[in-house]
Amino acid sequence: MRGYSVIIPLSFLFALMLQVMPLPEAWLLWRPNWTALVLIYWCIITPYRVGVFHGFLIGMLIDLLQGTPLGENALLYATIAFLTLLLYQRMRIYALWRQAMLVTIVLALMQLFEQWLRAILLSSPLHLEFVYAALLGGILWPWLFTLMQIVRRRFASF
Amino acid sequence: MAAAAGASCVGGIRFAGGRPIKPLFSHGPIPGYRMILCVILASFLMFADQRMSWMEDVRAHISTVVAPVQWIVSLPARGLSLASLVLSDQTRLVNENRQLRERLLTLSQRVQRMASLSEENTRLRELLKATPRQEIPWITAGLLTLDNDPFLQQMIIDRGQQSGVYSGQPVVDSAGLAGQIISVSRYSSRVLLITDASHSVPVQINRNGLRFIARGAGQPNRLTLDNVPNNTDVREGDLLVTSGLTGRFPEGYPVARVSHIVRNAGTPFASVEVQPIAQLDRSRNFLLLFTHDSLKPTRHRLSQEAVDAALQVARPVRQEARQ
Repeated sequence: MRGYSVIIPLSFLFALMLQVMPLPEAWLLWRPNWTALVLIYWCIITPYRVGVFHGFLIGMLIDLLQGTPLGENALLYATIAFLTLLLYQRMRIYALWRQAMLVTIVLALMQLFEQWLRAILLSSPLHLEFVYAALLGGILWPWLFTLMQIVRRRFASF
Repeated sequence: MAAAAGASCVGGIRFAGGRPIKPLFSHGPIPGYRMILCVILASFLMFADQRMSWMEDVRAHISTVVAPVQWIVSLPARGLSLASLVLSDQTRLVNENRQLRERLLTLSQRVQRMASLSEENTRLRELLKATPRQEIPWITAGLLTLDNDPFLQQMIIDRGQQSGVYSGQPVVDSAGLAGQIISVSRYSSRVLLITDASHSVPVQINRNGLRFIARGAGQPNRLTLDNVPNNTDVREGDLLVTSGLTGRFPEGYPVARVSHIVRNAGTPFASVEVQPIAQLDRSRNFLLLFTHDSLKPTRHRLSQEAVDAALQVARPVRQEARQ
């Protein structure tokens, strides 16, 4: 049980930094949603510790960092946590590549919601390019999952 | 649905004997109520952020929480520039120094001419009885992070409420207008660039004074001019400067240069693309202009000399009248 209270916030902090790291204009569409990936990981591994409220808080931080209307990303990340908590038992027994497919679907759903919210709040046009980020997130998922497992087993124990 | 699932989990499966059997695959928490609470909270926040003005203050205060993350993210870039300074060899530094000296010389020569020109300008303005232009106070600001959302053109600079930055303040770089402040937190603030799709700036053509509105195209290096009739005198290469008509941007700052004109015979308006003059993708240093005092309509005060002169003209007449 030790270690989780340190490693979960630290991993989220690291993901937030990756999320707002400056990138060349052409790569922006391809940036995987690191925070969402980490949130999904913790929801699968420790559903009793990380849940909807954590997603909400993380989303608020991202709203503040990115200047989107307050609550937009909060809603999206809460939704991600909720979806993952519905699916986490299946996710645990799936092979990595099937997990990756599910993660891709969850991420793409989230991006779709985001585009809808943008269209409602800021009346900006819909873009279909959001699929790239979700795809790359899914492709990176097996490595991220393995890495996070190693880190978790090293620094936190049940 | 979630509530029903939760109820079946609590109840478990019962046999005729009434003894509950512990379910083999117990599902963990399904936070249906929490999710509903989050949705309500988020909806309220989004509504408040869009419609209520007091949310800006709230946002400014909470934004201080994420300032450390922004600072950490900007560290690698600063480290790189520092490292390149440390590692650069002497000849390069000497060369750079020489170039800067030459630049300083040409600029100072230009400033000398500027001084005489601005003097002449004020004299001419006095002749025309036009109101004098005031010096606009400014502070410098450095780029902290660029916004990394591909659909927004924004950036964050390292000046905030502490430096007196306010929402709506114009931001310029060394070449031209860059954008305006849209939200301020304690130590940093967010700039909406002129290329953002939700930004428009009133401009006029420097050559002939025609006025238009330049709207951001949502792409890093392009703006469009709205409602330009086909027969308007616009040419490629024309310089657009701020017209100062909305009272938000001061007059006369270069904004963009016309890069491409398509005159469609079938439609009443030509489509005109312009390129921003400010180096939005390269500049790291910006100026924040404090225009909120100078742009307010000030009450005209007559200068003492003008009053004396007017009296001198008027008095003899009066004296004549008495006689």
